[in-house]
Amino acid sequence: MSERVAVRKTYKLFIGGKFPRSESGRSYLVQSANVSLASRKDARDAVVAARAAVKGWSGATAYNRGQILYRVAEMLEGRREQFVALGVPGGEVDAAVDRWVWYAGWADKLPQVYGGANPVAGPYFNLSAPEPTGVVAVVAPESPALLGLVGVIAPAIVTGNTVVVAASPSAPLAAVTLAEVLATSDLPGGVVNLLTGRITETAPTLAAHLDVNAIDLAGVTDRELATELEAGAAENLKRVLRPVPADHDWAGDPGLGRMTALLETKTVWHPKGV
Amino acid sequence: MMFEYAPAPESRAIVDIRSSYGLFIDGRFVDGENLDKTVNPATEEVLAEVTWAGAQDVDRAVRAARKAYDKVWGPMPGRDRAKYLYRIARLIQERSRELAVLESLDNGKPIRESRDVDLPLVAAHFFYYAGWADKLPYAGFGADPRPLGVAAQVIPWNFPLLMLAWKVAPALAAGNTVVLKPAETTPLTALLFAEICQQADLPAGVVNIVTGAGDTGRALVEHPGVDKVAFTGSTEVGKAIARSVAGTGKKVTLELGGKAANIVYDDAPVDQAVEGIVNGIFFNQGHVCCAGSRLLVQENVAEQVLDALKRRMALLRVGDPLDKNTDVGAINSAAQLARIRELSDAGAAEGAQRWSPPCELPERGFWFAPTIFTGVTQAHRVAREEIFGPVLSVLTFRTPAEAVEKANNTPYGLSAGIWTDKGSRILWTADRLRAGVVWANTFNKFDPTSPFGGYKESGYGREGGRHGLEGYLNV
Repeated sequence: MSERVAVRKTYKLFIGGKFPRSESGRSYLVQSANVSLASRKDARDAVVAARAAVKGWSGATAYNRGQILYRVAEMLEGRREQFVALGVPGGEVDAAVDRWVWYAGWADKLPQVYGGANPVAGPYFNLSAPEPTGVVAVVAPESPALLGLVGVIAPAIVTGNTVVVAASPSAPLAAVTLAEVLATSDLPGGVVNLLTGRITETAPTLAAHLDVNAIDLAGVTDRELATELEAGAAENLKRVLRPVPADHDWAGDPGLGRMTALLETKTVWHPKGV
Repeated sequence: MMFEYAPAPESRAIVDIRSSYGLFIDGRFVDGENLDKTVNPATEEVLAEVTWAGAQDVDRAVRAARKAYDKVWGPMPGRDRAKYLYRIARLIQERSRELAVLESLDNGKPIRESRDVDLPLVAAHFFYYAGWADKLPYAGFGADPRPLGVAAQVIPWNFPLLMLAWKVAPALAAGNTVVLKPAETTPLTALLFAEICQQADLPAGVVNIVTGAGDTGRALVEHPGVDKVAFTGSTEVGKAIARSVAGTGKKVTLELGGKAANIVYDDAPVDQAVEGIVNGIFFNQGHVCCAGSRLLVQENVAEQVLDALKRRMALLRVGDPLDKNTDVGAINSAAQLARIRELSDAGAAEGAQRWSPPCELPERGFWFAPTIFTGVTQAHRVAREEIFGPVLSVLTFRTPAEAVEKANNTPYGLSAGIWTDKGSRILWTADRLRAGVVWANTFNKFDPTSPFGGYKESGYGREGGRHGLEGYLNV
């Protein structure tokens, strides 16, 4: 009896709910696997997919979005061993699961905490409510590969944004595997899109893209690149989250900041009278 | 019948304008080298000479603000900062007529507006934020939110004192010190505000005011000693600022241009809607970033609405800003008048139909008659570009979905209006409009408790309300 020959996995991009290879046909060897090397065109395709998903996802009820994020936690919990096999510490997987649960609960609470009625000096109903800003480009932290990734995706999508994420170039396997989790969690296609490859190749395209509303530079470690991306983002006045310090504790209390930075506040007035 | 109006001019004797003004740095007025004149746009009469601050002046102002932040204002308990802000609010109320007249003289806006809208809002803004100064831990930004340091603030000429209040009040309440640059055509009320700071015994350096034009603003925004940049003005300059602060870590809020849609559905009460349309675009000569400059009217009532609108426009009184009966005052500057003319000419050249009521304009000064364009398409420049003048572009729609589609078809997203008698349609429409402020069955209403600011290329951050503190705290 010969030993069974294992079926290996092909690590691909995640765009519009599907797993395509890079349109460029390129890959790069990392973590003992050939991983898709995303091109600028892949980045643009991912933005198209993310834009197409905005209407449905931002229009879903907060309750529905919360349930889907909770479902992500359920699916991730079930794949714990798979992430451990990829070198993610078990404690980090647990923390990532808990982080999805934490953000899931914010879906139908943040609008109450962050918005509300304004006591204007006149006979008017006046209400401020947060809304998602739209398509968010994200440069994921280099590490921790899983918790850092969850820590940037979850706060962006819980409020109704869709994202295009440039995964950690050095540890992309956990990112692609997380995409498989997302694909089986009832998350509509296009809400999360994942690019593997070089940040220097995809991020400038995303920063300059006129159909992207915000950019999160969390994982950009090169100061010069961060400045270049922020300057590029000015072209259509993207909301910018600046790089996170290298010693940032992704396991700590995330606070509301990553969610609220990707929200717009809409204030509606109406006269009162009979 | 037509009523005739006798002239009802407000006296300007209440204002004592100096012949020349220096810069307000570290609690006192200091002379600078470059002087320029500020004029009354209604008459082109020179009102005063003001100093245009150079890079060295800006540097002195930033240093003064830093010193005041480190030594006085930063360490001061919130309850004491609050008292200074309450004092300022009271002084503004006490001197409101003087400020209103000066505002109308320097800006050209009708005294009825500066007296009844601008000044009450200015005082209310200081009063509102005064109360926050000792309550910041309750503002929802954590237990101990901290100020940022020195705020560089650059404001426009359309609501000179009100924009000052929107900038200075939350900055000071949160514990920052400020260097503010008023617009080059409207510096006078900011300089009178400096005197009010002196009268309030506000510690030196907490508020610094440097007058000047674009170069002064650039020197201020790009100064390495500022921690925060707040700008209200054009989208073009806003983008340049966003580029220039890249990599510096300065916190930025931008309140920029707009091209607001004012949507009139076929069930809207026509007379109320027409009042709202007029208020939306002719208030403050249309020099309003959130002006309802694109009228979207449902096709089956377009003729009726336009007839009523034209009748109403014919009754607008254009002229002397200091006359208490004036509805529409002077255009703020020759440069702005040239821009309004250029875009209006483009509207006519591109095929839209131009209409203004019979309207006698004064010989001297900068004037533009209230104007509407009909037959406008979404591709026309008058439908796409911010005119910032009393010019309304009229488009039509058939279905609510088409109204929303057209309303959102702009890079801007500052404000929008909805006119309908049906509540569910208001909420349906408001949900879909990508704009920071939505006025339903009203327009151009402002309040210190109500956050204001845009989506998309209308900028980021909010001014007013609890939200307005966020831009001045390290959260």
